[in-house]
Amino acid sequence: MSNILETDGERLLQAVLGLLAKKGIASPLDIQAQIASTDNATPGQGARMVAKAWTDPDYCALMLADGTKAAEALDIPMRGMPPLGVMENTAAIHNLIVCTLCSCYPRAVLGYPPFWYKSAAYRARAVRDPRGLLEEWKTVIAPEVKIRVVDSTADYRWMVLPLRPAGTEGWNEAQLAAIVREGDMVGVTVPSV
Amino acid sequence: MILAPGTAIRVKDDWPEAKGPVHIRTPHYLRGRPGTIVRHLGDFPNPEDLAFARPAAKRPLYHVAFSKDVLFDGQGTTDELLVEIFGHWLEAA
Repeated sequence: MSNILETDGERLLQAVLGLLAKKGIASPLDIQAQIASTDNATPGQGARMVAKAWTDPDYCALMLADGTKAAEALDIPMRGMPPLGVMENTAAIHNLIVCTLCSCYPRAVLGYPPFWYKSAAYRARAVRDPRGLLEEWKTVIAPEVKIRVVDSTADYRWMVLPLRPAGTEGWNEAQLAAIVREGDMVGVTVPSV
Repeated sequence: MILAPGTAIRVKDDWPEAKGPVHIRTPHYLRGRPGTIVRHLGDFPNPEDLAFARPAAKRPLYHVAFSKDVLFDGQGTTDELLVEIFGHWLEAA
């Protein structure tokens, strides 16, 4: 038997793909579809959800009750993804998402996690000193607003529904989606115009 | 039995990692600390078995709120932490 570490990568890949198909675990088409949906998963998807929630109260209610269904309602592929939960920022509560154990991240709607999200510093400080951390992001949360740190430890993935900023009255969904950044949906920043 | 929202709990002060190889989703900073059930998120296969390819029974998963003041500060902050914890890690407060 040859050493797996020395096997040509392409041959190894073909062998694994063949076994996955033969055992009925995943067909080549399944794998292509998964690669395509992974490539399409960007913060722009989450931003579309946020913009729709800001303009459509029914959609907002759906998003807070069941993030997975709300994503699917906008044709964001969620098959095989962990359930998505959405935490709503309000005038009284600001949410900050972290995964202290590893780097759990709502990839289906935000794409790959940014490098800082995976860093030991962010993971430790989000829990111990969230206000100090937000200050470094130049995010000002009034002292009377409660900070809720959501530690994503298990089967859900969490995103933040930020507050719609003043000055966006009358904007359409596309205009609104354009101002929603990845950090706004993690809670390290807030949208502004 | 599913714990109702508002139930006062304590996370078990258990350290299975000291006894051998494990995969646990309960952060160390919460072991032995008091919290409050926010809601039952559903039942999920126990990751402690899944990680070792053992048959994994479904266990209830809860969103549990912890006071940051109680955990760390003691200075009166109302900030809180909200964490997914499996039911078998919780005991009566």
